Amino acid sequence: MTAAALGNADAVLAVEHLEAWYGESHVLHGMTFALQRGEVVALLGRNGSGRTTTLRAIMGLMDRCTGAIQIDGKEASNLPPHQIARLGVGYCPEERGIFASLSCEENLLLPPKQSEGGMSVEEIYQLLPNLAERRSTPGTRLSGGEQQMLAIARILRTGAHLLLLDEISEGLAPVVVDRLFDLVVTLRSRGYTILLVEQNKHFAELLADRFLVVEHGQIVMHLTADELESQSDLVDRRLGV
Amino acid sequence: MFDFPIQVLLGQVTIGLVNGCFYAILSLGLALIFGLLNIINFAHGALYMLGAFGVYLAMHKLGVNYWWSLVAVPIVVGVFGALVERYLLRRLAGLDHLYSLLLTFGLALVIESIFRDIYGSGGLPYPTPSELRGLIDLGFMRLPLYRIWIVGISLVVCLAIWLLIERTRLGSYLRAGTENARIVQALGINIPLMVTFVYALGAGLAAFAGVLAAPIYQVQPLMGSNILIVTFAVVVIGGLGSTAGAIITGLGLGLIEGLAKVVYPEVSSTIVFIVMMLVLLLRPAGLFGREA
Amino acid sequence: MMTTMRASTAILLGLAIVGIVLPFTGLYVQFLMKCVSLALFAVAFNFFTGNVGLLSIGHAAFFGIGAYLAGYAVKEWNFTPELALGGSALAGAVLGLLMGGMAIRRQGIYFAMITLALAQMVYFFFVQAPFTGAEDGLQRIPRRAVFGMLDLSNDYVMYAFVLVLLVGVVWGLQRLMEAPFGQVLLAIRDNEPRAISLGYDVQSYKLSAFAISAAVAGLAGGIKALTLGFAGLPDAHWTQSGNVILMCLLGGLGTALGPIVGAVLIVTLESRLASLGVVQLGPLAIDLSSKVPTIIGLIFMMCVLLFRRGIVGEIAAAVAAFRAQRLDAKGG
Repeated sequence: MTAAALGNADAVLAVEHLEAWYGESHVLHGMTFALQRGEVVALLGRNGSGRTTTLRAIMGLMDRCTGAIQIDGKEASNLPPHQIARLGVGYCPEERGIFASLSCEENLLLPPKQSEGGMSVEEIYQLLPNLAERRSTPGTRLSGGEQQMLAIARILRTGAHLLLLDEISEGLAPVVVDRLFDLVVTLRSRGYTILLVEQNKHFAELLADRFLVVEHGQIVMHLTADELESQSDLVDRRLGV
Repeated sequence: MFDFPIQVLLGQVTIGLVNGCFYAILSLGLALIFGLLNIINFAHGALYMLGAFGVYLAMHKLGVNYWWSLVAVPIVVGVFGALVERYLLRRLAGLDHLYSLLLTFGLALVIESIFRDIYGSGGLPYPTPSELRGLIDLGFMRLPLYRIWIVGISLVVCLAIWLLIERTRLGSYLRAGTENARIVQALGINIPLMVTFVYALGAGLAAFAGVLAAPIYQVQPLMGSNILIVTFAVVVIGGLGSTAGAIITGLGLGLIEGLAKVVYPEVSSTIVFIVMMLVLLLRPAGLFGREA
Repeated sequence: MMTTMRASTAILLGLAIVGIVLPFTGLYVQFLMKCVSLALFAVAFNFFTGNVGLLSIGHAAFFGIGAYLAGYAVKEWNFTPELALGGSALAGAVLGLLMGGMAIRRQGIYFAMITLALAQMVYFFFVQAPFTGAEDGLQRIPRRAVFGMLDLSNDYVMYAFVLVLLVGVVWGLQRLMEAPFGQVLLAIRDNEPRAISLGYDVQSYKLSAFAISAAVAGLAGGIKALTLGFAGLPDAHWTQSGNVILMCLLGGLGTALGPIVGAVLIVTLESRLASLGVVQLGPLAIDLSSKVPTIIGLIFMMCVLLFRRGIVGEIAAAVAAFRAQRLDAKGG
């Protein structure tokens, strides 16, 4: 029943039989998976399959959910969102969540530091120089790409080691997507554990170690990078491509 | 028609400005609570009344003077507000906001009727503190010192709140929380605690206004609902979008009311509502409002 | 399969029967007449807030204008009751269109605040207007004959007259809700963007509902003035708006009979508490008659916290759950 029993005692994230509801609507029907330290795992699937909901459930943002969630072995199933963040989880929501009434830098500095492992503001500005340029711009005036960078940057500052990234490449120009790709590669090399929700299979292909295909709130395929290639047609059919 | 003695005009304008200070402080508190909790706090008038009764009872039952009360009463009422939020309002947090609104409405009814039962509907006098008695002679007019005090301390408090919201870290949490509380919580900020704090702050501000009001308006159980309804009109006029907007609108409407008393007295008790109707027709979001 | 009667017909019959029987059970007919006017007021409020989903805190303005108009018309202009009451309803409708016109474009809490502020303006007007008699109000409103023929000075006859009005209007409103108009209102309440995308002029529907609600509230005020014989400032005060909200919440907002149940309960509670007078609780002597608003307020808060569906709402939910269980048992 517990992560330990599953042989996942060292898992950064262990999810078991996770079910979730929006009001009356039963969206997740039992998700079970685990992430080891330093892994990048992608959740693939069609719109509405429950991938974003999975991230939200891990973050404690769902109206109702049952099942076991453990972060670094600690029980996280019924914690409020701010306490989950304190366990070292950084969430980058699909809508990005950049605050219009705050400047770029205020947005960056908003989340409190959860631990000492986070990047400093200087490091972040080195990594993402255009955020430094636009630091006093109000949140609304940032471009889509800048907002996305900012959304990731602010959780890097907190010292989070488990990153939940929801559709970060969505709606952005290819050149921006390339830069995001480089950013995630850098993060991977620095040892962050990342759970990625991606519509764009190609973006995820080169980033992730493992792939979980989600359909109707359940995992229907577990694939490594090689398997993803060899079963490409099957996967494309699942994704409705 | 327009040749009033300048003293009358200035006198009424001063009174208007004083009223405006109360409108500003009260609508500021309402705006803070609305921003983060998304409810209109109908109990705001009752909390203001508690402030006035607080300073009155502090003097008559505990022998505590005005200056101590000025600090202590808002804190006590603020704590009361925190308890109300934590144990009553929070139960309604996930539901339609109208239920929270109704709860504060019921709370106002209960508080007001308890005090009306004990103290009747008449007004109780509270003396102006001795340090603030007397008039200041400006040459062309004489101003009561207490009214200058009200204007001065109100502006200081409003400025302090504005600085808190616009220039501090806590203020940025609040401004972000007003936009999207769930995301702010996912970023690690304890929103439920902030909600309690903001309600308590709003309550404390209302009580502070009540303490200031005690020496110049009579202390009576209905003082809260009387001023609250005008404050609602002020809030509708100003819109609930900005801190500065609430302050400016409150002061401005107090001045307009004061001027109306000189120029056209019959309309002075309803001038704020008339302005509200005009704003509703011409600029529904309010003068400084964002679309609710 | 049993042929089901239309809900409106059932309500019509049920109310008529209960209404006819009640005076014979020993209840004071004055008390019953008070119930009738407040029940109609609650029904009026519920028609708007329950079916459209927007909270109005200004309904006392309509009740008040109806009361003052009917009272003044009968007392000073020698109107017969049916004309006076017609005037009350018309005044309510006109005021409703004016107030609603200004408030209807705003959502939720803004709407509530605006209705309160506008109603307060109306209250101030009544305080200052010469014809209202200010604090004293309109007193000793005479009972004239309906259509010049039916003498209403007998309380029982008066009761029968207003009972007919109550049952008729409640039935009419229920039929309106069963008709397309009502269905559109419910669609707007449940999903306004969808209703707009389907092409409905949502604002007109909401405004119409508000005006109808205001008209019925005005009629209720008129009935109050003519049955109890006086109209005063409390009829238009915002606490009266609060009272009607409580009645509907207690009885069941959005249900057909809830407002009536709630109104009767509150009127009964108020008169019971008032008549109990001073009560001994151990060493304390508590004068209950002065505590009425406090107790009402506490009940209000408890309803909001714990009892949001109201009496009729809870019964309806229990029945639905029971039915669902039986279906499960049959199918399983």
